[in-house]
Amino acid sequence: MNILETFRTGMEAVVAHRLRSALTVLGIMIGITAVILTVGLGEGAQQQVSSQISALGSNLLTVTPGSTTSSSGIRGGFGSASTLTVGDAAALTSKVVAPDIGAVAPATTSNESLVAGTSNWTTTVVGTDPSWLTVRGRTLTEGRFIVNNDVATKANVVVLGATTAQELFGFRDPVGQSVNISGQPMSVIGVLNTVGSSSTSSTASNPDDQAILPLTTASSLLFSGASRNSVNQILIQATSANTLSAAYQEADAELLSLHGITTATAADFTITSEAQILSTATSVDKTLTVLLGGVAGISLLVGGIGVMNIMLVSVTERIREIGLRKALGATPRVIRRQFLVEASVLGTVGGILGALLGLIGAVVLPHFISDPITISPVAAIGAIAIAIGIGIAFGVYPAGRAARLAPIDALRSE
Amino acid sequence: MTKPDSTTRAAAGRIENTGPVWVEPTGAYPAVRTPVIEAHEVWKTYRSGTLAVDALRGVTFEIQAGEYVAVMGPSGSGKSTLMHILGCLDVPTSGTLRLAGEDASAMTEEELAHVRNRRIGFVFQQFNLLASMSAWRNVELPLLYAGVDRPERKRRALESLDRVGLKDRVDHRPGELSGGQQQRVAIARALVTNPDLILADEPTGNLDSASAADVMHLLDELHRSGRTIVLITHEAEVAAAAGQTMRIRDGLILDAEAIVGAGAGR
Repeated sequence: MNILETFRTGMEAVVAHRLRSALTVLGIMIGITAVILTVGLGEGAQQQVSSQISALGSNLLTVTPGSTTSSSGIRGGFGSASTLTVGDAAALTSKVVAPDIGAVAPATTSNESLVAGTSNWTTTVVGTDPSWLTVRGRTLTEGRFIVNNDVATKANVVVLGATTAQELFGFRDPVGQSVNISGQPMSVIGVLNTVGSSSTSSTASNPDDQAILPLTTASSLLFSGASRNSVNQILIQATSANTLSAAYQEADAELLSLHGITTATAADFTITSEAQILSTATSVDKTLTVLLGGVAGISLLVGGIGVMNIMLVSVTERIREIGLRKALGATPRVIRRQFLVEASVLGTVGGILGALLGLIGAVVLPHFISDPITISPVAAIGAIAIAIGIGIAFGVYPAGRAARLAPIDALRSE
Repeated sequence: MTKPDSTTRAAAGRIENTGPVWVEPTGAYPAVRTPVIEAHEVWKTYRSGTLAVDALRGVTFEIQAGEYVAVMGPSGSGKSTLMHILGCLDVPTSGTLRLAGEDASAMTEEELAHVRNRRIGFVFQQFNLLASMSAWRNVELPLLYAGVDRPERKRRALESLDRVGLKDRVDHRPGELSGGQQQRVAIARALVTNPDLILADEPTGNLDSASAADVMHLLDELHRSGRTIVLITHEAEVAAAAGQTMRIRDGLILDAEAIVGAGAGR
């Protein structure tokens, strides 16, 4: 009996037991759909994060101060020391010392309460200089950003994030209005464009909710004494993503020498790159994908056991048919093949339908949930292959049992 | 142990090349011919745990080509066991069984399947037709397992159905046929491979008397056209239709002498 005839016989059995076949297919289908959607969801999240981070600028380095050790020996966390100064930032702008550094923006941050008329809002106040806009890769929806003259004259001007502006002024135009920060009235000169809701940026929890002051204004207003010249972080933009590594080396060497530190391990500052954040975020998402994939894998396993279950029931139910086929000359091999064909047909149909349902889900679901779903063709084809594999793997045992049935026992059974 | 050798292959070739499925008796058999069945000291012991039951206790007989033999005995006499062994559905515990000269007692499962397929046509009490398939699809099944191609299968299945008088019922499913018609489909299925032996196990057991007479008439006709038939029954009047009767009781043949002797008489 050739393959075509075996296949035809198997197909006939599948069609003859429509309901049972349909239920088995359903089990596999749900498993495959779950795999495709969960993996797609994981990959979608991964892509979303990486696109957000690349929007932040992947050629960005962030220098943060090291930790402090108090007189009693208590060590603070990273960033607790005030070892970075405006001078450090100025030194890094030198094209001679650091040719691969494109722009440098020192920043001081502090949480302050902003008051505009009757409304108030507490947000992150950032003191920086004009290059911040380029380094951060931001744009303005209206007004202008801080200019060098503002920094030089300690001008009382402020640029608001989109969310901040909305909270303080509602739908009124904020530009030209006045905001009180720490008792000092500031004139709003511009509003930043939005960058989106979530971000893994280390500078602010929400990049749309902040107020930008000239560095000098912020220092004199919010800080006192020796900390006037210190900054919370220095943002460094490499000339390109390719020179990021070189820029890192240059900044590291320059800051070590400025601070008079000879061993790199004793550095009183830390330099992190967005690439590091990206890889961290990506690995978190990978973990998530693996987790979801595991859940989906279990549902596939359940579907597979469903196929085995149905096939075993099918063998028991069709014991007379198997006996008759054997009496008429079907060899054990032929019977085994017939049942394997049935199982793999169920697996294949379930796999293809599951993949289709998964694709439909990937198109429809993002309209109801906020997360994007990315379907990779590899995942879809892989899922179908898995379904066929499951059909065969879980069909082997029932097929073997059917093949081993003694024809008389099979014929005798009622 | 002999593999199904050239004899089997020659038999397969014969099946492929034969035009009509039945062969009219020529009356001119070779002087020395191989009996269709040669059973020698066939024992069958069923064991369950420590209990051993001898269903057959040394059965010896021969059935020649063209004979119509009824195996008769009450239930529990061992006639069903004998039928299973003759049909290669089971193997003897000891002793030898030769089917058309081939030793079936030492064959593998695969080889037994080939012998069942090519040498034996079964007619069961329960008909054993596949409910999801039409009459002609049921009839073509043995040819499917013999590796005959599809158009040839259909041609021979239709021919065989015509032979049993069901030409106009070929596309009916078993559920749409009467009991007698279903048994005739089963007989057509038994004929389709042109087997050496037709083994009918209580073929009338599930039929009303009119249908039963119909089926017995058909078997008689097949016998007259040269078929070798072994009929297993517990009813004396059914057995009377056969040329010879072999009585079996407690796993032994009661009148074996008569059978062996009568072999050449036909």
